[in-house]
Amino acid sequence: MRIAIVAGGRTPERDVSLRGGHRVETALASLGHDAWTVDPAERKLVEALRERPLDLCWLALHGKEGEDGTVQRLLDLEHVAYVGTRALDCELTFDKVLAKDVLRRANVPTPDWVVIEGSALRDLGAGASLATAVERVGLPCVVKPSRSGSALGVAVVERAADLAAAVMAALSYSDAAIVERRVSGTEVAAGAIGDPLEQLPLVEVEPKDGVYDYGARYTAGATDYWSPARLEPATAAAASDAAARTLGTLGIRSIGRVDLIIDEDGEPWVLEANVSPGMTETSLVPMAAAAAGLSLAHLCDRVIRSMGSD
Amino acid sequence: MAEFSIDRFVDRYAARAAGMTASEVRALFAVASRPEVVSLAGGMPFVQALPNEQVAAVARTVLEEHGDVALQYGGGQGSNRLRERLVMLMAEEGIDADPDDVVVTAGAQQALDLIGKLFIDPGDVIAVEAPAYVGALTAFGAYQPRFLPIEIDDDGMLVEQLEQALVRGERPTFVYTVPNFGNPAGVTMSSERRRHLVALCREASIPIVEDNPYGLLRFEGEPERCLRTLDPENVIYLGTVSKTFSPGVRVGWALAEQSVVQRLVLGKESADLCSSNLTMLMAEEWFSDEARWRGTLAGLVDTYRSRRDVMLDALEEHLPDVGTWTHPGGGFYVWVTVPDWLDTKALLAAAVERQVAYVPGTAFYPDGRGADQMRLAFCYPTEARIREGVARLGSLIHDETELYRSLRG
Repeated sequence: MRIAIVAGGRTPERDVSLRGGHRVETALASLGHDAWTVDPAERKLVEALRERPLDLCWLALHGKEGEDGTVQRLLDLEHVAYVGTRALDCELTFDKVLAKDVLRRANVPTPDWVVIEGSALRDLGAGASLATAVERVGLPCVVKPSRSGSALGVAVVERAADLAAAVMAALSYSDAAIVERRVSGTEVAAGAIGDPLEQLPLVEVEPKDGVYDYGARYTAGATDYWSPARLEPATAAAASDAAARTLGTLGIRSIGRVDLIIDEDGEPWVLEANVSPGMTETSLVPMAAAAAGLSLAHLCDRVIRSMGSD
Repeated sequence: MAEFSIDRFVDRYAARAAGMTASEVRALFAVASRPEVVSLAGGMPFVQALPNEQVAAVARTVLEEHGDVALQYGGGQGSNRLRERLVMLMAEEGIDADPDDVVVTAGAQQALDLIGKLFIDPGDVIAVEAPAYVGALTAFGAYQPRFLPIEIDDDGMLVEQLEQALVRGERPTFVYTVPNFGNPAGVTMSSERRRHLVALCREASIPIVEDNPYGLLRFEGEPERCLRTLDPENVIYLGTVSKTFSPGVRVGWALAEQSVVQRLVLGKESADLCSSNLTMLMAEEWFSDEARWRGTLAGLVDTYRSRRDVMLDALEEHLPDVGTWTHPGGGFYVWVTVPDWLDTKALLAAAVERQVAYVPGTAFYPDGRGADQMRLAFCYPTEARIREGVARLGSLIHDETELYRSLRG
């Protein structure tokens, strides 16, 4: 097949996207596909896609435009087939404000949260509600941008006095901040590929510094990973079940990842889901595939084949 | 169950490699280097101003007339003729030096590394300005010192703070300073402070490392005397042609006592045998024509002066109530301090979103300070881009101020 990998873009995850995209390109080429990379920050995407006939796009973009449905809608308009989740479901999944609400309605466990919108602060005096946010969610809490990835702009807040600064930092990345109850426990990621989606073994994430932040994610050796996760079978099954319901509820297709935390009682809590999981050398889905005996090429092959059923 | 070994050497790295991690700021700089972003971040010399034809002629001369040397290994110290040229450059700033006391390095950056290698044992105390040149902090940092940050004001390092530290019993292995138009703050050490620093260090037998990349990029006023001229025996002086000619040729140097020079040469040889003969010859040839290098340098200084003026005007226009900043008389940088509730590291994402970039202040401190500061470089962007960039920054900080007020209820 002729496959254009769309990677790069203008978000803070540009570098991560290019690295992952390059690995996907190499994997697809090793399968005999004609694969090449298009970087929308270097070339106008529509122009670049029109000038070379293609069968499929692999979207390796991260962050706004890549994961929020923008590129997907454009490809729909252009009648270009692409790997992964449809536009509306991307929009839903990428925006944690929407996704958490939808998950809660579907009875998928996700930690309590409140939303602080930048515009509500500016125009509606929402600053006065900050204290209420702390009361509702409790301390410590996690403050994160509603629409961003790779833990960028995420902070753990221990003291109420630090909340304002954390909200400002999160709003630097997005137009709304989520203030979420901090669940402590074991972090796991559930990757899934194919159509219908098939879950890969859970990956347990154990950052050496305790926090799975940007540095812990992308510095080789800064985090220990275990797959399958070192969980009791019943706990692992509950986590996989929560992940499966998340993927189904959010309409994720062909490839995706759900990040969860297992609390001290063994209960899984869904933190977020990703329609364009990282594909770098330190990323979780390729690791989960390896635990299942699948090379990156196998993984890509499985994903591409699932597109045939469209 | 398998533990995934992403990095099979992870338990083998030396302790000094611990700080070498991926960072959010680096991720943002990958976007900040996009052409639509006005980058006030990088301190790149405006090499477009170099006369291309003349540089090409220099390269041609080197290859045609000295090809057998240019393409061969050289001595670790650098050729005598190049060192004579560098001595001539130092004479511009009043330094009387012997070419034998000079060792040519791959930019002054390599000299910083070699000095670290030569002087720093783990745990040694190194006194640095706060804020200090980030490249020195990382070069020295690899040798695992403890940094002793000495604050600065508009007259450079607060030498009395160093004096107090010595009274407290601190014994730095050396003091590192960029006394002229420093990076990042753009300030210049006053003559009084220079004399005080030199006397203090002489008295306490603490060597001074004087790093002077920007001295010849003076926009106005009279030069201060180099520390080296005040105490040649106790000052190791570092220079570079990166700002007066080209950073691409990687020619810097250290001037020191023979005992130090000998060790630096051995350190240099063990690091890379020798610098590139090809580019060292280019630098030597470039500085052999006085009218050419002086004319080019004067043009560069004019360009940088205008850009500095534009940046200061733009700051006056767009950040009048929300920031204070330094007024450099030369060099590349303006150092901006914003209200202490702003975190310039967190703000960088929003800045890049608005297509302007800077370097967050925390990069320049060894102890986590500087969250309310940022470095703006005026050397590379055009005047129009500087105006636009500062305007974007101003509107961002204005909006953040409103946001902060609303968060306060």
